Amino acid sequence: MKYLADIGSYFIMLKQVFSRPTKGSVLRELILKEIDELVIDSLGIVIFISFFVGGVVAIQTALNISNPLIPDYLVGFATRQSIILEFAPTFMSIIMAGKMGSFITSSIGSMRVTEQIDALEVMGINPLNYLVFPKIIALLLYPFVIAISMFLGILGGWVAGVYGGFSTSDAFIRGLQEDFISFHIVYAFIKTFAFAFILATVPSWQGFFMKGGALEVGKASTNSFVWTSVLIILTNYIITSLLLS
Amino acid sequence: MIRVENLHKSFGDEEILKGITTTFEKGKTNLIIGQSGSGKTVFLKCLLGLFDAEKGEIYYGEKAINDMDDDEKKELREHMGMVFQGGALFDSMTVEENVMFPLRMFTKKKKDEMLHRVNEVLDRVNLVNANKKYPSEISGGMQKRVAIARAIVNYPRFLFCDEPNSGLDPKTAILIDNLIQEITREYDITTVVNTHDMNSVMEIGEKIIFLQKGTLAWQGDNSQIFKTDNKDVTDFVYSSDLFKKIRDIQNLED
Repeated sequence: MKYLADIGSYFIMLKQVFSRPTKGSVLRELILKEIDELVIDSLGIVIFISFFVGGVVAIQTALNISNPLIPDYLVGFATRQSIILEFAPTFMSIIMAGKMGSFITSSIGSMRVTEQIDALEVMGINPLNYLVFPKIIALLLYPFVIAISMFLGILGGWVAGVYGGFSTSDAFIRGLQEDFISFHIVYAFIKTFAFAFILATVPSWQGFFMKGGALEVGKASTNSFVWTSVLIILTNYIITSLLLS
Repeated sequence: MIRVENLHKSFGDEEILKGITTTFEKGKTNLIIGQSGSGKTVFLKCLLGLFDAEKGEIYYGEKAINDMDDDEKKELREHMGMVFQGGALFDSMTVEENVMFPLRMFTKKKKDEMLHRVNEVLDRVNLVNANKKYPSEISGGMQKRVAIARAIVNYPRFLFCDEPNSGLDPKTAILIDNLIQEITREYDITTVVNTHDMNSVMEIGEKIIFLQKGTLAWQGDNSQIFKTDNKDVTDFVYSSDLFKKIRDIQNLED
């Protein structure tokens, strides 16, 4: 019963996020601030993780297919498929659920605890539109983050494969081009948009409706990570079934 | 003026407010007092529209809040100023940005006009050289002053204060109380202060309502509160040793 109430409160929140809009000039500033905090500030960790995970995928593939019957371009092929289809969009989003999601929940939760959200309400401002809507708009840029992750993951694979002596550059690049289906890119970005919406709204919902003090802010951040990750995994399954099955 | 008629509010099976009827007058500091758990905060949040009452009406001027459409409620809230117990200043904004916030949201003033008004109210609350500081960099008393400045910057018609001097030393608490009273007179607004501080009652209690277990047990002013026969009120007033001693001295003098 509690889960049903939670799900209900999430959808009620979404309705309120898109109603009673904040003044345009203020909203513009808020969106730019959110782009800085959510998107730009995430680039460092995305670049680091993508590059090295791409390298590890290439090395693991090479080490596990030491069979003369398997073509040498498979390292590049497997790296491309793993990075574009799953690692960059899905697993990077789960990592972002920890980084971005806990930041969103703790910042909104702290505002709740210190009555800053009440202050917005008393002033006649729609706090959900003021706090959550700019995050949703800012995360429309999230696919660019994932595009960078895809590029760097593949680059990391190439560097590890070629300079680690697991593949030649020609074979790796041939693997990247082999059996390329452009719809896979479309599929990856469709699910990235869905994950961006989840990343903006679920942690906000956890922070906005939390009750209690500082300890509960910590608990809400943990819950936020769990809910966001579960929803990303479920959404990934549904979108994959619908688009690729 | 704010008029409250037969206000009821419950949470689950527990009835917190049990039919409160009173008025809060313009140009006066109206105090809501009572012990913890008497329903003061719930009452204040009902007045602010943060809680919906089950029964009863709250009139702002001539119009009941329940009869207002969304636009009218929004307009009413633009004319409300609120000083929260902890200040509720926005952490990510400087003092200047905090005070400017209502002007940015609700007016079409140019930036230099807004800055002029911000400096005017910061001067009024005796806060200087703090414009560029963040709330975490200033003291509790200064935070309360900023909260008052933010509450009055857009010329409110109604000012609400929740425990405005909690956590402050007695001297700063009196300064804050006096500031609230001076601003109430200067701006000719209806001010409602939620407090359990007897010093505030003595300093600024031009109209006092005493809540006891969700009912209005007594109302009057600060000259009447020490003479009332209402046992609940006298128990509350003389719960402090200081006031007991003052009473004993007065009785001896009489």
